[in-house]
Amino acid sequence: MGDREIARAETGEAVESRVAAPLLALAGIERRFGDRRTVGVAALAGVDLAIRPGEFLTLLGPSGSGKTTLLKVVAGFEPPDKGSVTLGGRDITATAPAKRNIGMVFQNYALFPHMSAAANIAFPLAMRGVPRAAIRQKVASVLALVGLSGYDARLPRQLSGGQQQRVALARAIVFDPALLLLDEPFGALDRKLRAQMQTEVKSLQRRLGIATLFVTHDQEEALVLSDRIAVMNQGRIAQIGTAEDLYRRPASRFVAEFVGEANLFRGRAGVIGGPVHARTVEVKLESGAAMRATLAPGDRSVHYGADLALVLRPERPRRVGARDAFENHVAGTVAEATYLGETIRYRVTLEGGGEIVLRWPAEGERLAPGTRLALGWPAADMTAVLWA
Amino acid sequence: MSAARHDLGPFAAGTLPLLFLGVLFLYPVLRLLLLSVEGGSLAAFEKAATDALYVGVLFETVKLSLIVAAICLALAYPVAYFLATASRVSAAIGFGCLLLPFWTSILVRTYAWTIVLGRNGLVNRLLVDLGLAAEPVPLLNNEIGVVVGMVHVLLPYMVFPIYAVMLRIDRDLAAAAAGLGASPWRVFTRVYFPLTLPGAFAGSVLVFVIALGFFVTPAILGGGRVITIGLLIEQQVRQFLDWPFAAALSALLLATALLIQGTFQRVLRGEARWH
Repeated sequence: MGDREIARAETGEAVESRVAAPLLALAGIERRFGDRRTVGVAALAGVDLAIRPGEFLTLLGPSGSGKTTLLKVVAGFEPPDKGSVTLGGRDITATAPAKRNIGMVFQNYALFPHMSAAANIAFPLAMRGVPRAAIRQKVASVLALVGLSGYDARLPRQLSGGQQQRVALARAIVFDPALLLLDEPFGALDRKLRAQMQTEVKSLQRRLGIATLFVTHDQEEALVLSDRIAVMNQGRIAQIGTAEDLYRRPASRFVAEFVGEANLFRGRAGVIGGPVHARTVEVKLESGAAMRATLAPGDRSVHYGADLALVLRPERPRRVGARDAFENHVAGTVAEATYLGETIRYRVTLEGGGEIVLRWPAEGERLAPGTRLALGWPAADMTAVLWA
Repeated sequence: MSAARHDLGPFAAGTLPLLFLGVLFLYPVLRLLLLSVEGGSLAAFEKAATDALYVGVLFETVKLSLIVAAICLALAYPVAYFLATASRVSAAIGFGCLLLPFWTSILVRTYAWTIVLGRNGLVNRLLVDLGLAAEPVPLLNNEIGVVVGMVHVLLPYMVFPIYAVMLRIDRDLAAAAAGLGASPWRVFTRVYFPLTLPGAFAGSVLVFVIALGFFVTPAILGGGRVITIGLLIEQQVRQFLDWPFAAALSALLLATALLIQGTFQRVLRGEARWH
């Protein structure tokens, strides 16, 4: 390592610690399933992740991406093969789940069926030797917090799905854990109740200021709840950032397609230019057309001749008048129009092959199928990432 | 027409076996029970309920059955836990060992115990050779032998209900308890064990009820010195030809079994108040 690199690494660390010391830090987490000495599938292939105090961080990914395994590593149910877990500055990699002081809401809530709601919530306090009077007081206040006062004596089976979830949440926060883990807790609820519970969980999390790690495969849910989202794919974090970062500047084709809807063009990178914070690349498409797109800030993987995917979000293209000049132009015919409430989704067949999808506000002009369109958009509205 | 026949299908299929049971099983049982009140007299019941000898036998039988059920429970619980949590291969081997005895006649299995428990049997040889006993310990023709033999036969009836309940326990519950701060011992005593109680209870009632009427094992391993209700009934029929009294004892046994069965009906179905 050269002197300059060391200097850069040091300043980088200094900057990070000044921003906020992470509450939870995962470093180089690896976990294989099957026999560790033989092949084994990599459930986690080197994950680094830091959660700031009070932050709501979501692990978003398809099933099998390793997000639930990562949650279990944090909870202590799955020991990592490699790497370390640090919570509040303490290395807890080898600490038993019982000694981690982490609250968790399971996918199916995992309420103890033979205990009343109050007994379920009292459980973590009883395990910590809290005196009875204090337990009673604390349980009552948490029940009130989740809006279940008066339900103390109910058994889990006597509660609705939403109520069971509130009890599970109450049980996970009653002992003031350092961290809250949520494993797809809204999956079993119907649509309306789900939205309501999401709002409640979010406002509760804000009020308590408790750092939360949330696992889901539902991107809408992730967008609603998260401060930051870590998109996982094949045991790695594909990208981490705010919902807007992920949507506007996806770092890979996977993220572009997994978060929101995306039109993709494939082509070869030509000349790269522009200012450092917004470098643009000329791209020659397979069809022979030329386009210009922006590289994600800090992206150093794209070089001349690289196989690229150009990501264009469906609300970005505009209808081009005679005098408009954009960096990118296409022309096509509306093949299908779908009314979606706030927006209308158009499927447009392009001249020269392929199609793109548009999402325009429903109040605007309606286009009937068969309408010919000239579309354009600036380079800033399209991100170039490696196709692979 | 065809729909009607379709509806009758299961009914028709069930009729023959039911008829078979009714004629060949229920009828003799009813005839036997009627014998106990032959001539409109309840004398046989009076004798069974008041004679200290017979009341003593009833008491001994209940005690024996309770001991057998308790030992079965203690032995079966870990076995069921192993079967419920083991890998597929280990569980298959475990089930094989558990079911193997069912392929052998109960008579053969019971006589096999006389070889193991006899004066010069395996156990006594070991005890004497190791210097744990100066002379062979009597293990046959007494309660020890009967209990060992009955536990051996009845163990599977305890294992299966407990195993079935353990299988239904959500594995996340143990993880949740651990995550909430419970030590492994607390996870077991506060969460896992209470949830298996319906199975343990169902198995205990089942084993107890079967043990009450046991005949072959006490007859062979008790050597005539351990008298149970089952033995008493056989004796009344074969030696004293007192059919009404044997019938009265049978009726009492049946009533006891039905009473227990009825009392714990809900538990026997593996239900618990939280399901």
